[in-house]
Amino acid sequence: MAKSAIKKSNIHISENGLENHQPEKRLEVLKTYKIYIGGQFPRTESGRYYIATNSKGNKLANVCLSSRKDVRDAVESARNAFGGWSARAAFNRGQILYRMAEMLEGRKAQFIDELMQQDASKAKAEHEVNLSIDRLIYYAGWCDKYQQVLSAVNPVASSHFNFSVPEPTGVVCMIAPQQYSLLGLVSVIAPVIAGGNTSVVIGSYDKPLSCVTFAEVLNSSDLPGGVVNILTGKSSELAPWMADHMDVNALVYCEKDEATQKMLKEKGAGNVKRVVIYDKVNWYSDSGQSPYFINDFQEIKTTWHPIENIGGGGGKY
Amino acid sequence: MAKAKNNTLKLKFDTSWNFAPAPESKSIASIKDKYDLFINGAFVKPSSKKYFKTINPANEEVLSEVADANASDVDKAAKAAHTAYDKVWKKMSGKERGKYIYRIARMLQERAREFAVIETLDGGKPIRESRDFDVPTAANHFFYYAGWADKLEYAFPNRQAQPLGVAGQIIPWNFPLLMAAWKIAPALATGNTVVLKPAETTPLTALKLAEIIQEADLPPGVVNIITGAGATGAALVNHPGVDKIAFTGSTDVGKFIQRAIAGTNKKATLELGGKAANIIFEDAPLDQAVEGVINGIFFNQGHVCCAGSRLYVQESVYKTVLRKLKDRIETLIVGDPLDKNTDIGAINSKQQLETIHKYIKIGQQEGAELHQSSCALPGKGFYCRPTLFTNVAQSSRIAQEEIFGPVLTIQTFRTEDEVIEKANNTPYGLSAGVWTDKGSKIFNMTTKMRAGVVWANTFNKFDPTSPFGGYKESGYGREGGLHGLNAYVNLV
Repeated sequence: MAKSAIKKSNIHISENGLENHQPEKRLEVLKTYKIYIGGQFPRTESGRYYIATNSKGNKLANVCLSSRKDVRDAVESARNAFGGWSARAAFNRGQILYRMAEMLEGRKAQFIDELMQQDASKAKAEHEVNLSIDRLIYYAGWCDKYQQVLSAVNPVASSHFNFSVPEPTGVVCMIAPQQYSLLGLVSVIAPVIAGGNTSVVIGSYDKPLSCVTFAEVLNSSDLPGGVVNILTGKSSELAPWMADHMDVNALVYCEKDEATQKMLKEKGAGNVKRVVIYDKVNWYSDSGQSPYFINDFQEIKTTWHPIENIGGGGGKY
Repeated sequence: MAKAKNNTLKLKFDTSWNFAPAPESKSIASIKDKYDLFINGAFVKPSSKKYFKTINPANEEVLSEVADANASDVDKAAKAAHTAYDKVWKKMSGKERGKYIYRIARMLQERAREFAVIETLDGGKPIRESRDFDVPTAANHFFYYAGWADKLEYAFPNRQAQPLGVAGQIIPWNFPLLMAAWKIAPALATGNTVVLKPAETTPLTALKLAEIIQEADLPPGVVNIITGAGATGAALVNHPGVDKIAFTGSTDVGKFIQRAIAGTNKKATLELGGKAANIIFEDAPLDQAVEGVINGIFFNQGHVCCAGSRLYVQESVYKTVLRKLKDRIETLIVGDPLDKNTDIGAINSKQQLETIHKYIKIGQQEGAELHQSSCALPGKGFYCRPTLFTNVAQSSRIAQEEIFGPVLTIQTFRTEDEVIEKANNTPYGLSAGVWTDKGSKIFNMTTKMRAGVVWANTFNKFDPTSPFGGYKESGYGREGGLHGLNAYVNLV
């Protein structure tokens, strides 16, 4: 480097030859907020975006404005992931949900920071992140227990062995609670995947940061790609495509908007979707978690098999 | 005798196989000339002033005239149900509710023979089935749910089960009394009141049940039974005083109902169509499997939503199974439903017979090969020969759409994975059947079938304790068993 250049710069070599820094203002690396499909982080194929702001109007990020094609891609990857995920050992699903909680705990500071950027107070942000971690632990524990609570051995009158067990419904599309951007997201995803379903979720439009960052937690939790797919954008635009899609088995909606509820149920009838509305759930309370949320996305299968010569042993065996 | 290579005996169907007629007596059945609507504990004339005829499909004779309920009749029934719910039923203890339901079960058992005869007269099903299956199972269903009425706190851990209110229930014509029992028993046990609409071609046993309900002194309005066709059903679905819809019937109507109640808080359970795969592996006990296939598709003339209408046979045993099936359908006795020897009775209605004929024609046009029993059919009434189709493509309409008649499609497969894919390749998911002697294969297959009821080495078995209902477009919710309670409660 030429002497003149050194003079102009704010580094100069001291007599002992060590560099002496004048503090430089470091340029921050901004995060690109992308969507999460099939375990990958693509941008929306539409190339569209919107600017997320806080309540003061300060820009937080450019966020993907997902399209109908993104919904279709996400549903396809959810369907492809369904066979493998539903066939996983229940114990293994529990381990993965627990791992998700561990990863979330490890990145607590980042989530608190993002929630605060999105107008939460520090105390509220901490509370929401803590609840979200604990909710994942709660459902991690249910993964290999709800089957025992929800199943039955049925004492039929004929000589058959007969039992009923829950099996996952399939691909579940969800519009996550819009106000609780992290807790709401976790609260709807966890029971659905704990039960062996795969999912496509639209995160909060106004507070999209946490849902994108949560995808990074999923990505580092051994959760197979496609089990949870997360889109950002307008639910009013995307939800009708979800409700019309013939390879989607169930829908979840958490807001009070009656027109949307009606639209989802009407369109959902196209292939007899299970449409679940959670517009009265308080996600902050203990009533925001229970095995009945898992049950909402389970089908009961009853299996029969003949028993040879029932009771044939008389009193002697 | 080239076929003798097969090394199994071929049955002979000569004169020695004829049975003498053994008809059940009609005299036990008391059917009135005219039936009114059962509303608020009494039979009342319809405000429509209209009646329609219900006939015996076995000989097209008129059995009775039945009231045609219009929207204002539906309104009366719904209001009666609502008042009974508010004033009486929701306040009554589970213990007392249960005793009423037990009473209905017992009275039905006492009059079982009469109900069986009327069920067969009105619907066309063989008396053997209505006597040995429909009526006893209906009575057992009441008996089973009666016992739940005071035990609901044990059914849902950590939750309290509360009734929904008025249940509007619409049932089909294939198991008229049994479906009424499936609907009414759990609704009453959980503290709901009922407006039930039976199908227009088979209203009689539901109206006879109304007589029993009256005789049992069930408080007026707790169960209301109104007759009519699709318009009556639509009025019930759309009535603002109805809190829950329970429907059994076609997938098309199920979708209509789901759309119709979209903007409301009505809960629904839908028990819709099916196109069940029945799968025979080469290691299955073939004679038992063939009997199961016959029962699977010809039980109740194939008017069964869970009928095993798609047979998949492993290639190595295909020829043997096909020959056994062809032999077996020759032995099926088609004819007078009241005859105790009859295996296949009358098709429920002219309209349904036309639908079945339409599909048989479609199958032939699509290039499938038709095999039918050579039996003679009665001159009057609606009958269809037991029918098999071979050389059927997976995409064929007869392999994709629900026919609801005695028509079986037969396809082959080589591997387990192949048949799993073929069996699940349908929008329906009500039932499935698997025949093999290998236990681990049974569990693999029963786990992989996307269907609500899976029969392994058996088919078409039902029990009040056993939940029944579909995956996918076969509907949602369960009927029967502990899980059947769920359809009629709010958990708080």
